Amino acid sequence: MLTIAGKTFRSRLFTGTGKFSSPEVMQEALLASGSEMVTVALRRVDLANPADDIMRVLDRDHFFFLPNTAGARNAAEAVRLAKLAQASGGGNWVKLEVTPDPRTLLPDPVETLIATEELVKAGFVVLPYMNADPILALRLQDAGAAAVMPLGSPIGTNQGVLTRFQVAIIIEQARVPVVVDAGIGAPSHAAEAMEMGADAVLVNTAIAVAGDPVRMAQAFAKAVEAGREAYEAGLGARRTEAEASSPQGGLDFLRE
Amino acid sequence: MFVAPDFQQLRARIAASGPEAVERALAKGRLELDDLAALLSPAAESSLAVMAQRSAQLTRQRFGNVIQLYAPLYLSSFCTNRCAYCGFSAGNAMPRRVLSFEEAEAEAMILHDRGFSHILLVSGEAPAKVGVEYLETVALRLRDKFAAIAIEVQPLETDEYARLFAAGITSVAVYQETYDRTVYDQVHLAGKKRDFDYRLATPERAATAGLREVGIGALLGLSDWRAEGLAMGHHLSYLRKAFWRTGLTVSFPRIRPAKGEFAPLMPVSERDLTQLIFALRLFDPDLGLYLSTREEARYRDGMLGLGPTRYSAGSCTVPGGYGDTAATGAQFEIGDQRSLDEVSEAIRAKGLDPVRKDWDAVFQQQDQGRRRAA
Repeated sequence: MLTIAGKTFRSRLFTGTGKFSSPEVMQEALLASGSEMVTVALRRVDLANPADDIMRVLDRDHFFFLPNTAGARNAAEAVRLAKLAQASGGGNWVKLEVTPDPRTLLPDPVETLIATEELVKAGFVVLPYMNADPILALRLQDAGAAAVMPLGSPIGTNQGVLTRFQVAIIIEQARVPVVVDAGIGAPSHAAEAMEMGADAVLVNTAIAVAGDPVRMAQAFAKAVEAGREAYEAGLGARRTEAEASSPQGGLDFLRE
Repeated sequence: MFVAPDFQQLRARIAASGPEAVERALAKGRLELDDLAALLSPAAESSLAVMAQRSAQLTRQRFGNVIQLYAPLYLSSFCTNRCAYCGFSAGNAMPRRVLSFEEAEAEAMILHDRGFSHILLVSGEAPAKVGVEYLETVALRLRDKFAAIAIEVQPLETDEYARLFAAGITSVAVYQETYDRTVYDQVHLAGKKRDFDYRLATPERAATAGLREVGIGALLGLSDWRAEGLAMGHHLSYLRKAFWRTGLTVSFPRIRPAKGEFAPLMPVSERDLTQLIFALRLFDPDLGLYLSTREEARYRDGMLGLGPTRYSAGSCTVPGGYGDTAATGAQFEIGDQRSLDEVSEAIRAKGLDPVRKDWDAVFQQQDQGRRRAA
């Protein structure tokens, strides 16, 4: 079971509500994914309004809502959005996104750290979206982040875990859960991140724009489970040369 | 500052593009200006279907299966410019009107109650009637009721844009009309708008002031649309580099041959417009692309999912026209008369989600001290 800030999750697949062809397709896909944690853009929903097109199809007893600050250009905007979400009943969890470049939507490390510090002080459970920078992950963790969410590749690109080497260091060093977020374009990418030891992955675009979002959601659920199981079972190390499965190791001269 | 490339050179560059250049452009991931020139050329006409596919795929990946909806709100039809193509031109004998603050709010509330959350405030250029003060007051009155408020009014100064940003204005659209200086001089007969370079630098002033989004465009039908497309490519490249925090959008207002009194100087067909839209989408996959109600329902429905990301609906181009449907004095004829609900239904029928809210006023609610300096 995955635990973040005292809350446990059976599914290690986190999902999002963006880019779907309709609220109904989104609902069906998210249910099929088995995901329990769903991130919603504060700019897109009206949390206080039960008739909101997204809010009306997602049962908050079933899905844990993780409001995100998508669109924020700096720490001040992100903090303001998070506080607004809390005031309209969004709870005190926030997926922090500070993305000043509207084209790549890459996260601003400086402003993300500032906002994390401020939001933690204000009593929020903060899950920052970040570039795959191991030192930044440590800084955010020290600032009180409840998890870190390094990107696999730029959001929406479906390129997979291009930041593999850095993500591995982040996983090795982290005291808090590591959720690989953004760029996961195929179930194999999700499995890869999970095999590496990521605690969870967040997938949105790849499900939302799939030919059949419901079946794609199921495929991701299986991949995440398989990847996690492989990680827990202990993968054999990768080698550059072939090796016999009954090893002699060239040590058969030893007598005692 | 952005310097407009020589229009005739742009035309020559496009004319020099052959089928090989088109093939190269279509095989590439990131396109350069030479590739854009190729995709705008006659040599690319036979590849329109391939461009459509590519454009649809890029649009879906970047924006998802969604179309954002908005409505224009005309504040005033007074104008001190004389522009050969425009219904609001100073020389035209027509009933003119500027909305009072109460009237503007009443019009806005009609749009609000219809379900709009993103609106575009529009006016002619008559600073004595609609100046920064006026726009600021309207913005402050509307900011709590709408998620995003854009303006399409006369070019302003940087500090004026900053003031409007603080009052809740999200984005600014300023169309150059044409990047062809010769034609620009021919059709802009009198008024401040005659200054080509001041207008050209307007997107930069708005971006400098911190606006979230800046929109450019050419009025299609004034000059060679292919070269207009390449000029916009140059403009966009410049803006992307200089203002990396600013979102960019493009609109495609087209003078339609059959409608209105002004006959296009160089007619742009639906096929031409389509090629232009796809070429720009392939050149810059992150552009917000507008397709307004100037175009007919058939065309707008056909283009759903292929490139444009923002649609208006139920538009009226007469100040006060939402409340008083008998009001006359429109800027241009509407091609798609359908209501917001009807357009939303057409969007759903294509397997896309009509999105009414994709921004929030909270982004710009600054600290009280900075809210209003005056």
